[in-house]
Amino acid sequence: MKEQLQKDFDNTIRNLTLSQKDIEIKKFYLDNFINKGFPNRKEEDWKFSDLNQIIKKNIGELSFYSDYTSTNKVDTSAFVDGLEHNKIVFINGRIEKIDFDYEKKDQIEIIDQSESINKFNNNSSLSDLNSAFTNKSFKIVVKEGYQLTKPLIIYHTTNSKIWSKNINLRLNFELYENSSLRLIDLFRDTSEKNFLNIFYNFDLKENSILKNYKVDKFENKNIKYSFNNIEQDKNSVSETFILSSGSNFCKNEINCNLNGEYSSAFVNGIFSINNNKHHEIRTIINHLTENTKSYQLIKSVLEDSSRAVYQGKIFVNSKAQKTDGYQLSKAILLNKDSEFNAKPELEIYADDVKCSHGSASGSLNEDSIFYLMSRGLNYQQSRELLINGFLLDVVEKITDSEVKNLIKNMIGIKE
Amino acid sequence: MDNRQKEIDNLKDYKYGFTTDIENTRAPKGLNENVIRFISNIKKEPQWMLDFRLKAFERFKQLKEPDWQKPKYPKIDYQDLYYYSAPKSMKDKPKNLDDLDPKLLETYKKLGIPLQEQKRLNGIAVDAVFDSVSVATTFREELTKQGIIFCPISEAIQNHPELVKKYLGSVIPVTDHFFATLNSAVFTDGSFAYIPEGVRCPMELSTYFRINASNTGQFERTLIIADKGSYVSYLEGCTAPMRDENQLHAANVELVALDDAEIKYSTVQNWYPGDKDGKGGIYNFVTKRGLCKGKNSKISWTQVETGSAITWKYPSCILKGDNSVGEFYSIAITNNYQKADTGTKMIHLGKNTKSKIISKGISAGFSDMTYRGLVDISSKATNSNNYTQCDSLLMGNKCGAHTVPYIKNKNSESNIAHEATTSKISEEQLHYCQQRGLSAEEAVGLIVNGFCKEVLQQLPMEFAVEAQKLVGISLEGSVG
Repeated sequence: MKEQLQKDFDNTIRNLTLSQKDIEIKKFYLDNFINKGFPNRKEEDWKFSDLNQIIKKNIGELSFYSDYTSTNKVDTSAFVDGLEHNKIVFINGRIEKIDFDYEKKDQIEIIDQSESINKFNNNSSLSDLNSAFTNKSFKIVVKEGYQLTKPLIIYHTTNSKIWSKNINLRLNFELYENSSLRLIDLFRDTSEKNFLNIFYNFDLKENSILKNYKVDKFENKNIKYSFNNIEQDKNSVSETFILSSGSNFCKNEINCNLNGEYSSAFVNGIFSINNNKHHEIRTIINHLTENTKSYQLIKSVLEDSSRAVYQGKIFVNSKAQKTDGYQLSKAILLNKDSEFNAKPELEIYADDVKCSHGSASGSLNEDSIFYLMSRGLNYQQSRELLINGFLLDVVEKITDSEVKNLIKNMIGIKE
Repeated sequence: MDNRQKEIDNLKDYKYGFTTDIENTRAPKGLNENVIRFISNIKKEPQWMLDFRLKAFERFKQLKEPDWQKPKYPKIDYQDLYYYSAPKSMKDKPKNLDDLDPKLLETYKKLGIPLQEQKRLNGIAVDAVFDSVSVATTFREELTKQGIIFCPISEAIQNHPELVKKYLGSVIPVTDHFFATLNSAVFTDGSFAYIPEGVRCPMELSTYFRINASNTGQFERTLIIADKGSYVSYLEGCTAPMRDENQLHAANVELVALDDAEIKYSTVQNWYPGDKDGKGGIYNFVTKRGLCKGKNSKISWTQVETGSAITWKYPSCILKGDNSVGEFYSIAITNNYQKADTGTKMIHLGKNTKSKIISKGISAGFSDMTYRGLVDISSKATNSNNYTQCDSLLMGNKCGAHTVPYIKNKNSESNIAHEATTSKISEEQLHYCQQRGLSAEEAVGLIVNGFCKEVLQQLPMEFAVEAQKLVGISLEGSVG
């Protein structure tokens, strides 16, 4: 893999206009990645999902170079109907379109950061890989007091033009005081066997609100890793919703630092997977000051020989008195070959806190099925009703009604 | 004054902190094949036992000391320890208690385990282990009448080789992890119990471990076998003198329960925890594992962990037999600079297996406490259940309480439920108790005892009383 990396790296650099110093920095990250390689089971954070093995098994040899010189045609029919929205379109990792048509132009700033390399607060080898190979990266700034009227949808589209490729994306968001942003990540893949490595950084200033919805719904054979780093100032709120369903392998990581008082973070997630899929959500909520709050709810429905993993950590440092932290994960295993692994973790150094977690996994409740069947539903209907109800609980946590309806339609949950 | 006065002051906090002045026989310092041969020789062991040890030692040389645990400690120099130390008078084993060195008798009297009196008073059979040897075992005749074997493991190796050969290392193989393998190579003494088919052991069996000599490590090995349909309740207590050095205690405990058998294993661990500044104390790195080998068998661990500078252990159950049950009840209390990383593993292999984990952690002062546990339901363990509850109580903002459970469910017809909470003693509760005339310390003691009640209830009567007192003492000075 080493020669391949080196060769692809040289090709990538050739297409960029970087200063010698920046090239050196990128080289440094490349060397780091070459040393460490893809994360494997021996690393605690990857204990339940051996990415190295998964890539070997599903993709084999990866190539890291993508030719971004020619444009791709944006297919407008793929856009979400019935909801007016702003767009960012990625096709095969190339940014094709940024459009904030519905917003005041002077309130949103888009800064091209491709020429500079910003450090990421994550020392995993995947962050090194991302830093070494990202080709274009943008920073989106929402100005003070501005609240976007329409949600922003980021389309992550891949098509059959690419094969066995590694795609690295990076976006930075900065929300100034009293601003707000609704952000939907929509994955539409028609390609197979690619590895997407996505890094987002969010900087939330005082009183700002971020709502991020990650929707991986459509069946595909890709492997995805997504890392969100969220820095929160006083009184800010972040809400993250993850629908983990379509990809062959998908790991979402959320690292949230509650730096300011009265800031709060919500993470809700659904695993709805079948076949041989293997999905993971890992969250780390760091309560770093007084009076902060976090809430997490993860529900899984596992069919066939699928496997879901939830690793959630609540960290409370000794300054963070009056913390309120809550975490719950529930899983239904529908097949004897399905598997659910959880590691809900608390690390607490302050005494005046209220922290708890719960985790439960098991089969569908036969008594409930019996009850429904005795009222005239057949087995299949009863089962669906119960599963829908189980998942609806999480969808109902979405605070934005427009997006909630969109997602409900997408999953096909009826009320 | 000062040394003496200081010593007296210290003893107030830890009343078992005295040393017995007694002449010792020691193995040469260090860890090598000769020392292992020395231990095996002095215990007059057969060849197969020596082979077992040497095999473990070969393996040990290839192993690396683990470092994933939360409490870090300075590197232990394994060559700077004595692996065997025994009172000289024990060289030719005394035939009965009258021949026993009076100093030893005195020691156990001071510890509240009078070997002679107890014989008449309590219905508990005691095996007293002093450094590397077992000095006395009481009630042996009475137990023998029922076919129960209860003796030091070094004797069992001589007298019941067929049982030891069959079961020793069957639950904790010699190739296990670093400390377990070290123990397999150099273990000195411990208890052995065999309960024959269908026998309900008429009294509690108990072992009292005492570390006395300095610069030694204690490596005890306990093996308990409950044959078909039998029942035994086993207690374990431990204390050590107060010293500025850290001493290593790396024990292996193996339990085997055959069809329909039940083993109840209770520990009150009160090793010297170190002084207020975190100096000294025992490193308690213990491997305890029970195998529910037969169907309908049950193993239950109860532990009260108040002592040791560092406690690092996970009493586990392997639920191999169908319908077998594993239970784990734990109270862990850390104060001052104590550290604990403890919990359990429940490995479900058989059908219809059930396990229950109740863990209560209390940390005060500058201490750090971690619950770490594994519940693993394999794909064959249909219709299995686990329930886990771990609660932590924090006193002050200089200490830490952590929960790291690993939950693996590979069977769709099995259920796992896990709950954990972390909180502090509420002002209202304290206020209520103080209003009714309790001092702040008494109030905390009362509330903490209530917090721990679910676990304390599991202990046999006499232990429960002692444990309850211990809970109070361990937290002294942590309020206000």
